[in-house]
Amino acid sequence: MKRRDKDTTTVNLQVEVAGIVLKNPVMPASGTFGYGEEFAPYLDLNSLGAVVTKGLSLYPKAGNNTPRVCETVGGMLNAIGLQNVGIDQFIAHKLPFLEQFDTPVIVNFFGNTQDEYAEVAARLDALPGVAGLEMNISCPNVKHGGIVFGTDAEAAAAVVSAVRKKTTKPLIVKLTPNVTDIRQTARAAQDAGADALSLINTLTGMAVDVKTRRPRLANTIGGLSGPAIRPIAVRLVHQVVQAVDIPVIGIGGITRAMDALEFLIVGAKAVQVGTANFVDPNAMATIITDLEAFCRAEGIADINDIIGTLEL
Amino acid sequence: MKNHKTIVLSNQEIAPGYFRMRILAPDYTRLAKPGQFVMFRVQRALLPLLRRPFGIFRAGFMPADCDTMPPKEFIEIIYKVVGSGTEIMQGLHQGDPVELLGPLGTGFDTGATRGDNILVGGGIGLVPLYMLAESVAEPARTQLLIGGRSRDDVIAVTEFERLGVKTFVSTEDGSLGDAGLVTKVLEKRLESTPQATVFACGPMPMLRAVAEICRMRGVRLQVSLEELMACGVGACLGCVVKGDGHSDAQPNYLCTCKVGPVFYADDLAWEGMPAAAGGDCGETP
Repeated sequence: MKRRDKDTTTVNLQVEVAGIVLKNPVMPASGTFGYGEEFAPYLDLNSLGAVVTKGLSLYPKAGNNTPRVCETVGGMLNAIGLQNVGIDQFIAHKLPFLEQFDTPVIVNFFGNTQDEYAEVAARLDALPGVAGLEMNISCPNVKHGGIVFGTDAEAAAAVVSAVRKKTTKPLIVKLTPNVTDIRQTARAAQDAGADALSLINTLTGMAVDVKTRRPRLANTIGGLSGPAIRPIAVRLVHQVVQAVDIPVIGIGGITRAMDALEFLIVGAKAVQVGTANFVDPNAMATIITDLEAFCRAEGIADINDIIGTLEL
Repeated sequence: MKNHKTIVLSNQEIAPGYFRMRILAPDYTRLAKPGQFVMFRVQRALLPLLRRPFGIFRAGFMPADCDTMPPKEFIEIIYKVVGSGTEIMQGLHQGDPVELLGPLGTGFDTGATRGDNILVGGGIGLVPLYMLAESVAEPARTQLLIGGRSRDDVIAVTEFERLGVKTFVSTEDGSLGDAGLVTKVLEKRLESTPQATVFACGPMPMLRAVAEICRMRGVRLQVSLEELMACGVGACLGCVVKGDGHSDAQPNYLCTCKVGPVFYADDLAWEGMPAAAGGDCGETP
């Protein structure tokens, strides 16, 4: 799709999500991009719509035992267990690196309790280098990694509103697909003050080693990600877009521009790329280039003209 | 550290189930250090999804197809067919497109190779030891102990011999060299060269035994580990091992892909080491 030499019409890729202006609608999904520096040798961080950090907690977190990852058909299971350096280390050693780039930094965070969520949010609110917060109420791999809050609409509303009181920064709430009706938690988060929603986090899954008869993850159950989950994610984003008035960021199995476009067409304002970063550290740069090429080829001057154009 | 969209130069079965693949790899002779690895993308498709980590066997130059072209720079990897990824790999031919991310990780501390060295390789674990053997100052004072289940699992011995390294082969079934475990040979060799430094790579039970032997004798040991990993660049945190002093209260997880794959044995917590980790990249047969 390289047609630059023939056609140089400019395409606007800039979008806005909850007041954050993104150069383009592509950003990494939390937990697949470390703290950004891991990918800097392979990818120009300036080219991204935003950087989304690994999920942070008030104190450093060790994570689960190994094995923590295994491949399945078209995807992978992980049960990392939210291992992270903690908010203090992040502010001291990771954030300054990200601040060098002309790219908004969205910090993903979680807490063991509602108070911890609120405290982390308050700390992040004070940092000028942080463009927005993404609160994880959906990690399937730890008891208190948010899933307790994410699977119950009332609990979700309570924790989101506690965080809302502590920050005036754009607040994105990341939802789990492991519920009967995602629209309920989506509406609850919106009503409690979320500025945007991101979905989906991983789907819970399990794989067994038939020779040892043991689970292939030390945690037994993990989160499934990768291209295998994309149709489920597109469906859920489609449903949530219909159910709420705030912007939605689409996540789930995006490996190519065509995949990202599916999410945009059903109404996502932006997308996050996750597992594909592991497969190709340059995946997001390729997706951005190809999005532009697609627009040019289709005669679309502004990517915003694609968003929410699903024909039914 | 770079992702190369490159091609296979050759791919040959060197022993039943073991293949050696030569891949076009610009800059690797300059960049690759002994003990480093690559994340190898088998094909430009989504099956298998993840790359596979492979230790670099060696890096070198070969003549170009015509005189006017500069020589081609390559690396070689050696792999055993164990699952979906390596099954596809064994069917690759010269010219097939693949991707190489690397060279990655922290390799052997080659500053420690002055004097007597004992290299211990279990099966496919021999692979990262070749570049180390190439790098030692005095090959004649370097011994290579190769262990395998049977003679079919003993690979590339002659190439080590060509470097002037003394080789000792042992197989569990006695079909080649001494009968028994490579760790028995190690104990014997350490009796004649007790001041040697040991470098080991192989299955976890072997590494555990080697670590115990070296600890008892106060011998310095570097081990190269294999762990399941998704990214190879320190982001997924899938490949962590417990470092020395690790506890739930004071976690000390180390990324095999970044801090390793080579560690000083003293820097690891051997009690918590998973018994059957690595080697097959989580592949389903």
